[in-house]
Amino acid sequence: MQQLLPFLLAPWLLTAAHANPFETTLQNGLRIIVKEDHRAPTAVQMVWYRVGSIDEVDGASGVAHVLEHMMFKGTPSVGPGEFNKRVAAAGGKDNAFTSRDYTAYFQQVPKEKLADVMQLEADRMRHLNVDAKEFAQEIKVVMEERRMRTDDAPEAKLFEQMNAVAFQAHPYRRPVIGWMSDLEQMTAADAKAWYDTWYVPNNAYVVISGDVEHAEVFALAEQYYGRLEGRDLPRRKSQIEPQQEGERRITVKAPAELPVLIMGYKAPVLRDVEKESEPYALEMLASVLDGHDAARFNKKLVREDKVALEIGIEYEATARGPGMFYFSGTPSEGHTVADLEAAIRAEIARVQKEGISEAELKRARAQLVASQVYKLDSMFGQAMEIGQTESAGISYRQIERMLDKLQKVTAAEVQAAARKYFTDDRLTVGSLDPQPLDSKPRRSAFATRH
Amino acid sequence: MSLKKLLTAALAFFAMQLAEAGVAIEHWVTPAGARVYFVASRVLPMLDVQVDFAAGSMFDPAGKSGLAALTRAALDLGAGSRDESEIAEQLADLGATLAGGADTDRASISLRTLSALDKRGEALDVLRAVLQAPRFDAAIVAREQARTIASLKDAATRPDAIAGKAFWAAMYPKHPYGRQATPESVATLSREDLIAFHARYYNAANATITLVGDLSRAEAEEIAELLAAGLPQGEAAVLPAPPQKVRGSVTKIAHPASQAHVYIGLPAVERGNPDYFPLLVGNYTLGGGGFVSRLMQEVREKRGYAYSVYSYFSPLRQAGPFQIGLQTKGSQARAASRLARDVLEGFLKVGPSEEELAAAKANLSGSFPLRLDSNKKLLDNVAALGFYGLPLDYLEQYQAKVQAVTVDQVKQAFFRHVKPVDLMTVTVAGE
Repeated sequence: MQQLLPFLLAPWLLTAAHANPFETTLQNGLRIIVKEDHRAPTAVQMVWYRVGSIDEVDGASGVAHVLEHMMFKGTPSVGPGEFNKRVAAAGGKDNAFTSRDYTAYFQQVPKEKLADVMQLEADRMRHLNVDAKEFAQEIKVVMEERRMRTDDAPEAKLFEQMNAVAFQAHPYRRPVIGWMSDLEQMTAADAKAWYDTWYVPNNAYVVISGDVEHAEVFALAEQYYGRLEGRDLPRRKSQIEPQQEGERRITVKAPAELPVLIMGYKAPVLRDVEKESEPYALEMLASVLDGHDAARFNKKLVREDKVALEIGIEYEATARGPGMFYFSGTPSEGHTVADLEAAIRAEIARVQKEGISEAELKRARAQLVASQVYKLDSMFGQAMEIGQTESAGISYRQIERMLDKLQKVTAAEVQAAARKYFTDDRLTVGSLDPQPLDSKPRRSAFATRH
Repeated sequence: MSLKKLLTAALAFFAMQLAEAGVAIEHWVTPAGARVYFVASRVLPMLDVQVDFAAGSMFDPAGKSGLAALTRAALDLGAGSRDESEIAEQLADLGATLAGGADTDRASISLRTLSALDKRGEALDVLRAVLQAPRFDAAIVAREQARTIASLKDAATRPDAIAGKAFWAAMYPKHPYGRQATPESVATLSREDLIAFHARYYNAANATITLVGDLSRAEAEEIAELLAAGLPQGEAAVLPAPPQKVRGSVTKIAHPASQAHVYIGLPAVERGNPDYFPLLVGNYTLGGGGFVSRLMQEVREKRGYAYSVYSYFSPLRQAGPFQIGLQTKGSQARAASRLARDVLEGFLKVGPSEEELAAAKANLSGSFPLRLDSNKKLLDNVAALGFYGLPLDYLEQYQAKVQAVTVDQVKQAFFRHVKPVDLMTVTVAGE
């Protein structure tokens, strides 16, 4: 939610804020959201499908992401690899990303080429070929991607395994890229079934930002996307993670020099923008602890006590599934992960006991205000913000209201949220135990204090 | 850490070459001798300022590798009357941020602030103090030194970092580009080294100042003077002798990772080399054009050997590398590496087809507006143009220069700069 734009805080943009973005819904259920920004003659198109790894089942983990790769393999009218060629020829660039909650595709092009890429996206929304030969090559690429991003990346491996322990029933326990054995057994038919089930206009929305006129974009959308047929979607069963009843711990051994610690607390995410307050309080707490160089963690744990080489917080206040508030860091020379954990716990206890100061809140608000202006510098960022908010089931129209609520968080709310959610029964701790590349002895990550 | 920075820097240079025409860049020199580049962009109420010094790692004294990076890292951790916490707090209260770092050639510091007078005045005051009166407090230098050493030790366990380091060492055996910080070299650095390095290189004659944002020309002049006037008097950096040609070599390093990391390349061209545009356009076909390049087609699309494979030229102050990179599972490292070389050698023999050349031009020239559609991108491009002393109309000429390239020019330029016999290959992989 730190990515949201408070137009209310930028009065010089007020006129634009009321009319912009613009939205329409086609008869087939596809929504089109247009954010006009006339600063430079370029445009961004993003097509978001409401389907991600959260919708996968055991034995087929990673299929959402594999299908994302297959989306570049052609349709009856656009041959394999041709999509990329046409975007490149238009002077554009394109790519895609898959997350737990969504799969999204984007192109950035000179504005006069927007119609071309809209046509291309519309074509593959319903007409993809999932060819077995193409699949056989591409699944190898995905396995290389997994080796690169996870298997050979100690921190990513720790994060993957820690999540698999923190969530036992909920699909968030599975990695987005999929377990290797699932990838090894995946077939073109799995990918095709995924496409046929989820890739329909009524399960998607299109976000377009840039130097465009919304009326023209709506007309183009009608022309290209309007002819596609919608179809009923399978019912999505809600999957509730059973209550955690005690602290969980996991250790991962991997070749590395430095140990890593991740502490994840189960935390709420925003479902009702108006009624809830805790996700806003946690968001502001993240800023107070880790939002800038002067924030508590960097000041105290890195600079003053020198117990951490680096340290950070991850908290997403919006998501389709359950939330986590992560603390992660690397202990400095002479310190262990146990020392770092103790230091983080002490900082948490301080918030729980003493709360935070008005000055700290004020600083967090100042950061928020400035970041809203800076965010306008990127057309891509503006489209991302709309798309991500929508992916969690929250309307982009509520972004302004969320920022308003964020500004109004009180110190008491922050303290109450910290007390309620940072308890051992909600905690999973993951530690990376670094292994030597050769037989040379090294310092242990787990030795007791020196 | 320094290695990662190096690689990032190389990629940034690549991006920078894809710039746009039609940007009104104003240029002047301050009385103190700093070169200034200014682009007014008044739509958003914000300001970006970047100050670049010829103070990158190529100026590290022998035996003191890592000095440029550590000097830059400690620069904004206490200055003038403010300690490091005061700097951080004041910027946070203003909603302003300092960023930057050191690569082979440059040490950079950039400020992003709201342009409202009450905000920008204070933020620029912090920047001025940081440039002109860094404290280099002993305790802070020691702490940053320890953090740097830990990062270097960590990098020494990572296959991509190991490969990158070995690759640069092989390409530049007798040149500063090939020397890299080690835990040992960083351990020898002292506070006095930092003070001396700052005094020598962070001077007006060695500086370029770039401003992009919500300012008038008069305001920009005032700010530039304010920043430059208090810098030490001094001389521009003296460059080392250019890198010498060395024969190609093959390096293999064992590592237990599941993927092999392969780098192939050699020192190629410096900034401003007339062959640059033919190399840029040609390389789009070879490995620069993302999914449509020949390397991507052969290595990834046809055989599924790798998730990522690319090639690029990274022109630096002195001859910077041409580089091919890929990662693939250990058992097929040899095949993938052979294939990448075959694709390169095939390209060197015949160059791009007319069709490929046209596709390269269409993208490089057509994507022009995308390269400069934010203040941040403008800043990056204009700062690099200023630092390397490229013509002021460089961005305006860009599309025409791309369009003018012929197949023959591509072949000749590659023939001059990429000789197969001179290629270094570095593979970090399991036994």
